[in-house]
Amino acid sequence: MSAAAPPRGGVDRDAVARTKAQILGLAPIERSSLDADVTKPDVESVEGELFTVNMGPHHPATHGVLRLLVSLEGEVVRDLKPIMGYVHTGIEKSCETKSYWKAIPFVERMDYLAYFFNMQAYCGAVERLLEIEIPERAAYLRVMHMELNRIHSHLVWLGTTALDLGAMSMFWYCFRERDRILDLFEMSTGQRMHTRYFQVGGVIEDIPQGFEQQVIAFCDEMPERIDQYMALLDQNEIFLARTKGVGIVPKQHLLDLGVTGPLLRAAGEPWDLRKTHDYLCYHDLEFGIPVGTVGDNYDRYRVRLVEMRESVKLVRQCVEGLPEGRFIIDDRKIALPPRDELGTSMEALIHHFKLVTEGFRVPPGEVYNPIESPRGELGCFVVADGSAKPARVHFREPSFINLQALLDMCKDEYVADLIANLAMLDPILGGIDR
Amino acid sequence: MYDAAGLALLERELNDRLGVAAVVGHDLHCGQASLAIDPDHNRAVLSELRERHGYNFLSSLHGADYLPAKPRFAVHYEMLAMARVERICVKALVEDPGHSQIATIASVVDLFATADFQEREVYDFFGIAFDGHPDLRRILMPEEYVGFPQRRDFPIGGDPVIFTYDEDSVPGWTK
Repeated sequence: MSAAAPPRGGVDRDAVARTKAQILGLAPIERSSLDADVTKPDVESVEGELFTVNMGPHHPATHGVLRLLVSLEGEVVRDLKPIMGYVHTGIEKSCETKSYWKAIPFVERMDYLAYFFNMQAYCGAVERLLEIEIPERAAYLRVMHMELNRIHSHLVWLGTTALDLGAMSMFWYCFRERDRILDLFEMSTGQRMHTRYFQVGGVIEDIPQGFEQQVIAFCDEMPERIDQYMALLDQNEIFLARTKGVGIVPKQHLLDLGVTGPLLRAAGEPWDLRKTHDYLCYHDLEFGIPVGTVGDNYDRYRVRLVEMRESVKLVRQCVEGLPEGRFIIDDRKIALPPRDELGTSMEALIHHFKLVTEGFRVPPGEVYNPIESPRGELGCFVVADGSAKPARVHFREPSFINLQALLDMCKDEYVADLIANLAMLDPILGGIDR
Repeated sequence: MYDAAGLALLERELNDRLGVAAVVGHDLHCGQASLAIDPDHNRAVLSELRERHGYNFLSSLHGADYLPAKPRFAVHYEMLAMARVERICVKALVEDPGHSQIATIASVVDLFATADFQEREVYDFFGIAFDGHPDLRRILMPEEYVGFPQRRDFPIGGDPVIFTYDEDSVPGWTK
């Protein structure tokens, strides 16, 4: 009996000590010894009978209204088909009947965890069509809010993913910090979600007094919180066993499938539009791009956590380097005149009236404006026909494209890992269905 | 980044290599370079751009309806050369055949696997069929939906919510 008991030798203690050192020092994780244990299910041993199971559309682990038609052989996934469209609301079509500035609240509601990014993709496209430059202060304010939004989106991802893998408490901790970010949004924009804060030409209003201190207080606290998340998960045997070596897709295949964002970076491709495409004020700011080495679910988790740290740095730099000046351009043909002028200036009143009733006209042209959202390349394609309404608004939603990689992540793995893989993919069904 | 002369050179080079007038025009507008191509040669142009010009990544594929212009539709391929960080939009101008027939263009799924869902989306919303697509079905609208809602002449509003209860009889889902 004593011979069968597992050895309580130095190996286990070493493993724990190494994990602790990595948490404190953030050294890269070695996993040669762990990888050896990961084996794919034995293909020959399961019976050759396929069994088709419907997952979703109403299932909490599908992160929205996604339906998966899964072909199982025993417990092994052989094929799956995503079926979507359950929350298709025709936002792209509706935008064609709205003037340019009235389409902003519509596009926000596509990917409902990355609303600032949707606004930036759309407003950036319209600004390119109008050939205007936004003021520097507006660019800093936009980046500040977008990076806060990135942390918020990753926090929701982390909480729900850990919940899918059985770590209940993570959900509450992540939503605690997420709520602080929503409080910040409420303070600066008046709304917690779907803020309509970005306008064509800048942002709708300046940040209130005391906002900067609140953001700095959040930035001071957040790195420690991320350490705590890592301490909770990186020593959790179940979490490690469920993530390491699971869902690996080769880098080249991800590129063929058009996958971008943390999924691609976890596979070792340092591709980030914030670095490669010059938009807003990212060229003034200092930040790193985390990349993985193996491309499994553990790397995806690590990449996103380090991204949150980098976003905290970006937010802090935005607050500290926030330039003075206008927060929206001074072109009365595009931006609303200040409210206080309406009582005294006839011209301001006319401009206000024309902008609110008809909106501004955009010269004919078409543009595709890509930015880096929390899920990858978010592109907005706008066709202008010279009128005050867009002729076509299309979003290249990273969730929609990335979902194509799900089959490759799950094929010939256990159905239990399908849940983990889907969670690591971070699909937002509002973005997929639009 | 391209300038107008570089884009004209690219157009001529592509046409010379392919031996046909595959590229019918180019445009540089708001910092975006685009090539207008003949839809019959979309695969040839895209493979040429991929093999010889480094455009290894199809970042987006989408449709547009330019009613009342002719040709009416366009399928846009947003190509990206990751190494040079350069983008070019390849725009295949597709004629509307009329008489309740739908236009057809060759699929590029075997060249770029990412086109799969996006071609289905263009088919779904604009009614442009992709010849050679492995599984061309509607993707966001219900399977039995009539009409192509993103067309400019498709009216907005007034659609009742459809409940069909015909999951077993719809062929694609359990294929």
